[in-house]
Amino acid sequence: MTVFRHVVASLTLACILCPAIASAADDIATLRAELQSLKDQYAAQVGLLEARIEQLEVAVSATTTGVAAAPEPIEAQAAAPAAGPLASPSALNPAISLILSGNYTNLSRDPETWNIAGFMPSGGEVGPGERSFNLSESELVLSANVDPYFAATLIAAITPENEIEVEEAYFRTLSLPAGFTAKGGRYFSGFGYLNEVHAHAWDFIDQPLVYQALFGNQMAQDGVQVKWLAPTDLFIELGAEAGNGEEFPGTRRNQNGLNGATLFAHVGGDVGDSTSWRFGASWIDLDADDRAYEDIDDLDEAVLNSFTGTSRTWAVDGVLKWTPYGSTARRQLKLQGEYFERKENGDLTFDAEGSALTDTYRSSQSGWYLQGIYQFRPRWRAGLRYDSLDSGTPHIGLVDAGVLPPESFPALLPANPDRISVMLDWNPSEFSRLRAQYAWDDARDAGARDQQFRLQYIYGIGAHGAHKY
Amino acid sequence: MNRILRLIATLLFLGMALPAHAALRILATTADWGALATELGGDRVNVYTATGALQDVHRVDAKPSLVARARTADLLVSNGAELEIGWLPVLVRESGNPRIQPGQPGFFEATRQVRLIEVPSQLDRAMGDIHPLGNPHVQLDPRNIATIAKALTERLAGLDAGNAAFYRERGAEFQARWSDAIARWAAKAVPLKGIPVVVMHRDQAYLRNWLGLQELAAIEPKPGVPPSAGHLAQLVSKLSGTPPRMILRNAYNDPKPANWLAERVNAPVVLLPFSVGGTPEAKDLFGLFDDTLNRLLAVIQ
Repeated sequence: MTVFRHVVASLTLACILCPAIASAADDIATLRAELQSLKDQYAAQVGLLEARIEQLEVAVSATTTGVAAAPEPIEAQAAAPAAGPLASPSALNPAISLILSGNYTNLSRDPETWNIAGFMPSGGEVGPGERSFNLSESELVLSANVDPYFAATLIAAITPENEIEVEEAYFRTLSLPAGFTAKGGRYFSGFGYLNEVHAHAWDFIDQPLVYQALFGNQMAQDGVQVKWLAPTDLFIELGAEAGNGEEFPGTRRNQNGLNGATLFAHVGGDVGDSTSWRFGASWIDLDADDRAYEDIDDLDEAVLNSFTGTSRTWAVDGVLKWTPYGSTARRQLKLQGEYFERKENGDLTFDAEGSALTDTYRSSQSGWYLQGIYQFRPRWRAGLRYDSLDSGTPHIGLVDAGVLPPESFPALLPANPDRISVMLDWNPSEFSRLRAQYAWDDARDAGARDQQFRLQYIYGIGAHGAHKY
Repeated sequence: MNRILRLIATLLFLGMALPAHAALRILATTADWGALATELGGDRVNVYTATGALQDVHRVDAKPSLVARARTADLLVSNGAELEIGWLPVLVRESGNPRIQPGQPGFFEATRQVRLIEVPSQLDRAMGDIHPLGNPHVQLDPRNIATIAKALTERLAGLDAGNAAFYRERGAEFQARWSDAIARWAAKAVPLKGIPVVVMHRDQAYLRNWLGLQELAAIEPKPGVPPSAGHLAQLVSKLSGTPPRMILRNAYNDPKPANWLAERVNAPVVLLPFSVGGTPEAKDLFGLFDDTLNRLLAVIQ
């Protein structure tokens, strides 16, 4: 493992240092570009002069014949080259966009009691949220190229609790050779398919249960990512990430070097003119040190338990889009599914602040979802999603040795939570979306179904967004 | 683990060791710029066109297959003026290809070479999905194509210096054929001057401008906003006093609104190719304008 991490770290560093090596080639390219722009400017000047001469000629002939020259539409619009944009300090401001979102929520059960049975709470902002009217996070996006070598992006969430959270803040390389791109800072990991997608672009109001249970909604990493794209007509992308592994299911550890590594691979292509697809496989390796969670023991007392050990997750994902005529404006069917499996191995401490009993812990947990979104008319989309989780039966040393009864760990009792969600959204334009969603939520496990009805709005203002596949 | 690393290393090595392609690899965003690149580059270029004439180029997915093509392109020929803003930035970003980044010689925008019309004086999305730089659909004025062809020829010559003479010769030959064609089309199009029409979207503005057609109304109430039933009803009453001679529909447009309106205002719908490949006759750029004029003239004769 450590050897592997060192290799990842050196590869990453090597990639970041590459712009220096590539700079000679870049200089030539820059010179060429400058030469080209000079040529273009020159051509533009000549074009303008030509147009002016034409105008003068027309005017002269009109005055000499004494007849007013009616503008001839067929010849009038001589294609004169465009003048460049005016220079001003604000012309170099980053692209700014702001996304506002909120919802109305109606729940049949008290959201305070919501949990995902069989899984240690992820501590993320998961669950159906609060009842009645709610403001969601407002997302502020700033991005621009830094120079010919780097671009920078900040995505901040202004929470309804009046805090600012940095969702992503990263630099990205523009000039690495041979299909490499490196990214560093805080970013949503390339793990899985939905992980990189921001909340405003989700097809449902909430993330699939498997993301909520295993990653606390989304996996952000503070670290570096290197991607390589194969020079083939088939889309083949390989990526590796190294980070501090702070986000659930990892924890920050007081040690130098890497504490979290991710590998992912994507393959994609087309079938005919109307169908496109992408499949992926990912693997993430994290370490948890005293990852605490609250539970109620068999004597009905609140306890704080904690896990220390390794947490490894692998995933497969797939997306298939059927778009007649290849244009998303009219009709589109999007099928998407992901399967995650996580293995944790280490020690579990019961009542860390009290009796602090510690013994081994081993679990193998999995989950998946499958969803379909159908845009049946230009402004309308309907969607159906099924979520399913399998907590497995964890091996808890303290229970196996008979020190504590299984009921001492109610959060870890085996369970198979699932959920069915349907949604309908109306998109008056590319910048606004109104959505209704209904869910039959068995996250608390069988017998405690929550019927969730929600209405949501999403509005985007500012720079026109461009979304990944 | 070692096995995975070895696989990665092998793939990386293969990636770097692949021989440079003899032909200049061009990724064109639309069928028209793909056709122009083929006209100008001949067998010295390998052109891949990202979208077809039946697609609305505003609304396209940044598909994996397109990212893969962007990765290996030596030259990206795009329309620009934010026509492809919803997907092209993603392709360029995800491509890992420094040659086609904005500002590099491998990044070519057609609309940069010509003067755009309908530059909005006020920028507000209450007016729809407006294009701040002006109307981007420049390909429907053949004079624009001549100017863009000139610039593209120079770009090809700059990028592929070994074949510069070939590109310049081919470019000059294209310009000669094209200006003959423009003269022919202008003569043929005289009866179209002043003919009142209804358009689908502002994307026929350059055609209208070139031919001197009179635009009575647009079926899309605002750019990028699909027509609602209420808006269509308003159009009918507005047009009852001044009926159009025809309703122009591009091959990629949804036929329903135009057909609906045609029945009520008693004017024929004329299907126009809009792009190379939009109709069977519009096989190349020459065919695009031949067929567009033939279809328009068929109605008034």
